Amino acid sequence: MAVKTLGRPRAKGGAAGPLQSLLWRWQWLRPALLLVPPLAWFVVVYLTSLVLLLITAFWTIDSFTSQIVQVWNVNNFRTIAVDPTYRLIVVRTVALAALVTVTDATLAFPFAYFMARVASRRTQTFLFAAVLLPLWASYLARVYAWILILNHNGLLNWSLQSIGLPPANIGYSNVAMWIVFSYIWLPFMIIPTYAALERVPESLLEAAADLGARRWRAVRDVVLPLAMPGVVAGSIFTFSLTLGDFITPILIGGAGGKRLRDSLGGSTFLGNVI
Amino acid sequence: MRSTEGPAVWVRLGTLGAAALIAVTACGSNTSTGGSTAAPPPTAGMKPQTSIGTGEGQLNLIAWEGYTDDSWVKPFTAATGCVVNHKYAGTSDEMFTLMDGGGGQYDMVSASGNASIRLIYAGDVKPMNTALIPDFNDFQTYFKAPDYNTIGGIHYGISLQWGPNVLLYNTKKFPIAPTSWSVIYDKQYSGLVTVYGDSMTIADAALYLAKAQPNLGIKDPYELTQKQFDAAVALLKQQKPLINKYWGSATDEISLFQNNDVYLGAAWPYQTIQLKLAGAPVAETIPVEGATGWGDTWMLGTKAPHPNCAYMWTKWVSTPTVQAEQALFFGETPVNTKACAEMEKQSAGSCAQYHADAAGTYFNTIKFWKTPIATCPDGTNNCVPYAQWLTAWTSITG
Repeated sequence: MAVKTLGRPRAKGGAAGPLQSLLWRWQWLRPALLLVPPLAWFVVVYLTSLVLLLITAFWTIDSFTSQIVQVWNVNNFRTIAVDPTYRLIVVRTVALAALVTVTDATLAFPFAYFMARVASRRTQTFLFAAVLLPLWASYLARVYAWILILNHNGLLNWSLQSIGLPPANIGYSNVAMWIVFSYIWLPFMIIPTYAALERVPESLLEAAADLGARRWRAVRDVVLPLAMPGVVAGSIFTFSLTLGDFITPILIGGAGGKRLRDSLGGSTFLGNVI
Repeated sequence: MRSTEGPAVWVRLGTLGAAALIAVTACGSNTSTGGSTAAPPPTAGMKPQTSIGTGEGQLNLIAWEGYTDDSWVKPFTAATGCVVNHKYAGTSDEMFTLMDGGGGQYDMVSASGNASIRLIYAGDVKPMNTALIPDFNDFQTYFKAPDYNTIGGIHYGISLQWGPNVLLYNTKKFPIAPTSWSVIYDKQYSGLVTVYGDSMTIADAALYLAKAQPNLGIKDPYELTQKQFDAAVALLKQQKPLINKYWGSATDEISLFQNNDVYLGAAWPYQTIQLKLAGAPVAETIPVEGATGWGDTWMLGTKAPHPNCAYMWTKWVSTPTVQAEQALFFGETPVNTKACAEMEKQSAGSCAQYHADAAGTYFNTIKFWKTPIATCPDGTNNCVPYAQWLTAWTSITG
C-alpha cells in the first residue's frame, strides 16, 4: 500500500498529514525541532563537560592515591596565582602562541594573496592542494619528521656543515618548538586569509586606482582592511591550537639549557601541567 | 555525590573576581593530604580466586616498554589462546592514571615500587593467590614479599624483575668509565646530559648527595627531611642548564644518544642494550655512590575483565625460561632463582653480571623506588611526602 500512495501526487490544499497540521498549528515547533539536536549537543557535550571541569577545579586530589577528594577549596587557584613556576609556564605558553600567530600571519598573507589574486587557476589549485596535503598526514608523523631534521645529527646540521657553516644545534629547544608550531598550524592561517582575500571585489581595486592610489596604497588601504576578518579568524586558530597543545612540547621541547639562555627556557606548556 | 553543594559553587563563582583571587592567595587554607597508610587497603578483604578457569581469549596489559616482547608473548598466546594487547607507559604516574578506578579495560599492570603502594591504597589492584603460581616457591626470599607489593601478609601482585638505574655514557667521549654520578652535575658537560623526566630523579640526586655532602645525613633517598629534600631540589635546579632534554620514554633516550644530542644520561639497562644492538658507542656503569633501582610487580586490576588469562600470564612470566628471556632482553634481573641456569644457557656469564645469584645482602645496596610518605623511619612525620615531590619536580622542570 505504501508504494501506491508514494507515487500519487498529493492534492493541493487537501488533508495534510498529522505532522504538517501540527507544525502549522504551533508555528514555534518547526524552529524548535530544528534547534533541539544542535542545542542538546552543545549543552550536554560541550557546556556540561566544561562546567564539570570547572567544578573539579575546586576539589583537591589526594596526592598519595591520586583520587579526587570532594572538599571545596580554592587551593588550586591559589597555587596558580602564587607559584612562580606556573606563572612562568603561563607566560611561556602565551608568548610562544603569540609568536607563532604573528609568524604564521606574516608567512600566510603574501602566500594567500598570491593564491587568491595573482596565480592562474591551475597554479591556484596546485597551491591549494600543497597547503592541504600535509593535513592528511598524522600530526605525530610530522612532528617526528621535524625531530629528524633538527637533532644533532639531523638534516639541518648536516646541510649546514656540508656548506661549511657551524651546526645550528636548535634541536630540543624553544626555537625548535617555534618552528614546528609555525609549520604545523600554517594551513589554518592560509585558508581563512585566502577566503577573505578572494572575496575582495576587483572593482574596489580599480576604483582605488582611478582615484590615484598606487598598488601598495591600494593593498594597505583596501585589501588589508577587507582581509582582516580572515587574518583574525586564522589567528584565533593558530593561537588557540598552540595554547592547548601538549604533545609538541613533550617531543620537540628541551630542558631549556645552554641552547636558549632566556628566562623562558624550558618546554613545559600549560597543557603539560593542567 | 554532594549535589547540595551545587549552588554554592555558582554563588562563589559569581563573586570570584580578580580581587577575590588576590584575597584567596592571602588566606587560602592549606589542606595537605600526605596520604595515610594507617587504614588497611580497600581491597584487603577481597578473597583471590583459588583456581584458574578457562582463558577468556584476551589479556590487556599496561607495561613498561620492552616487557611484552613477541619472543615470549607469542608462545604464551599459542599455549593459552589469550591474545595479549599491551599499552606501554612512560612513567609510574602514567601507569597509575591508566589503572584509575581498578583498571576497567586493563587486566594487569607491571607497576614499579613507586606506583605499586599507591595502586594498593587506592584500591585499584586486588590480592593475588600465590598458590596458583608454582614458580613462586623458587623466588628470591626478598621478592616473595617485598614491602612494595605485600602489606600485612597479603600479596597484591607477583614480583617480576628488578634492576638498577645506571649511568649511560658515550664511549667515544668517555674512553674511561666515569666513576661518580658527579659527571651529570658537572658544568663541563652543559647541554650534553639527559635524565629521566620523572619526580623519582629527585631520589637520584639525594643518593648522590648522601655521599657528596655527608653532613646532610641522608640515609634513604626516599625518606628525606625538608632540609635534605631542599638540597636535592637545589642540586637539580643547578643541573637544569646542563640538561638537553628530560627523557620521557626509553625510545626518547635511545634517539638522543644515537644522534649525539647527549653523551651522558641516567638510564635503564634496556637503553644500553638497544643502543649497543644499533651499534652506538655506549656503555653503562654503576658509580661509587650506588644506584636507585626498581622492583616490578605484575598487579591484577580490581575490575580486571580477564582474570584467568591474567593468572596464566603471571604463571608464564614467572617460569625460569621466560624470566631469563626477559632479563636478557631488558637488562634486568629475574626474581626466580632457577632462571640463573637458563640465563647462563642463553648467554654465558650473564647470571653473575646481572646479580641474579646475589646474596640477600646485595639488595640493601640498591635503593628500590618507593612512594615517599610523610612518616619517617623513626616514626616522626618530618619526611617530605610524594605530593611535594611532584610539585618540586614541576618547579625544577617548568
